[in-house]
Amino acid sequence: MIRIENLSKSFGRNTALSDITLQLSPGQCVALIGPNGSGKTTLLKCILGLVRPSAGKVWVNGITAAGNWAYREHIGYMPQVGRYPDQMKVEQVLELIRQIRGREAARHTDAELIGAFGLEEVMAQRMYTLSGGTRQKVSATLAFLFGPPILILDEPTAGLDPVANEVLKDKIRRQCERGKLIIITSHILSDLDDVATDVLFLQEGRMQFFKTLASLKAETREDRLSRAIARIMQKEKP
Amino acid sequence: MKKIISFVVGDIIRNRIVLAYTAVLLLFSLGLFSLEPHPEKALLSLMNIVLVFVPLASIVFSTIHYYNSAEFMELVLAQPVARSRVLLVEFAGIALALALAFLIGVGLPVLWYEASARGVLLVLGGVMATVVFVALAFLGAVSFRDKAQGIGAALILWFFFALVFDALLLLVLYNFSEYPLERAVLILTMLNPIDIARMMIITRMDTAALMGHSGAVFREFLAGGWGWIAAWMALLAWGGLPLAGAVRIFSRKDL
Repeated sequence: MIRIENLSKSFGRNTALSDITLQLSPGQCVALIGPNGSGKTTLLKCILGLVRPSAGKVWVNGITAAGNWAYREHIGYMPQVGRYPDQMKVEQVLELIRQIRGREAARHTDAELIGAFGLEEVMAQRMYTLSGGTRQKVSATLAFLFGPPILILDEPTAGLDPVANEVLKDKIRRQCERGKLIIITSHILSDLDDVATDVLFLQEGRMQFFKTLASLKAETREDRLSRAIARIMQKEKP
Repeated sequence: MKKIISFVVGDIIRNRIVLAYTAVLLLFSLGLFSLEPHPEKALLSLMNIVLVFVPLASIVFSTIHYYNSAEFMELVLAQPVARSRVLLVEFAGIALALALAFLIGVGLPVLWYEASARGVLLVLGGVMATVVFVALAFLGAVSFRDKAQGIGAALILWFFFALVFDALLLLVLYNFSEYPLERAVLILTMLNPIDIARMMIITRMDTAALMGHSGAVFREFLAGGWGWIAAWMALLAWGGLPLAGAVRIFSRKDL
């Protein structure tokens, strides 16, 4: 579904990603983890075509990301920081994205999260009146709204209250079971533990490992993702 | 497409700064027309204010708005849509909203007090100045990642076209006063969008008679259909070329 070959990206002298090769398939829920500045967001942005790779290629459903834009109809994206035009109403933001995605997208509308987050009440409110958490709910809703087969979620649970957090994780789990490909970055490893099937660990722009969550836990003999990661990072220290 | 632009315009015209901008323009226009019994003199003073203030407000507001909507543009660009289209919609939204503010703030009073050809020309000139400086703002904003640098570039551009350019022009005129410079000055004027607009408005006023030989040359140039067309083309190019440059840079940059 997504194929990445020898992907590298540098910003001036800084190397953000170096020589990443991997393949992601339907039904996987990939936890993309790594320390700050390890290249997680850059990798997501390369898949979305927001960042142009210095070398290597990205394919999404057989279409190269470079120079194309139509392939993004297969992707739903939830950004790390959701900032919206202050004076737009929630319903206008949803309608705007629907207009951009075109008639085809509107046919597959999945409005489940609107109800689950209780967003009906704020539909007519302007974006600047919303709290950070509510804005995050709008971002999550937008990512799932048009039923895309690939979901890219950048720190989705960071600002959500516990109820909304569970709603979102439940949604992610069910979408994954239905054969969607989901990529999540987060520093809250316990959240990832609940939903992820695979773990991709980045450090200084390099792919340290890419394994299933089950085999990672078996290898480290730990039952929590956070402990397993801690064990690996300790082992690497000389 | 129309719906998307209308959402963007609707967002910007509710912005407090744009509302304040409209109010200030309205205050200038109504104040000048009611204090100055001679409508042509009022129009001339209004032109001097408009051609300095409108470019400044347009370029600074557009630049700040561009940086503030960076995150939302990123979300929009993660949808199946070409980058050039997103930037053009954003440009159209800001330019339309600021032009609307100008039409309310200056257009309505001018049509009320002085609905003459030169009045209409002042309104057209102001709208063009708005469009040109929004385009210049976009060119600056896509070139700098850092907001402070972008706003700095916007201020320098405005400072250059509003003040420095004319000072340089005067310097040239003063130092080469023995030569017949009228044609050269005419061409140099085309290099500054504010000067083009000013020239087009001023030659329609009686004051142009006081501008001596160059005033006569300008008048003669703009009296012919070709000169008029050339001046408009130059003004349109001042909007189109920076915008084309901005689209080009934006389509290739990392976000």
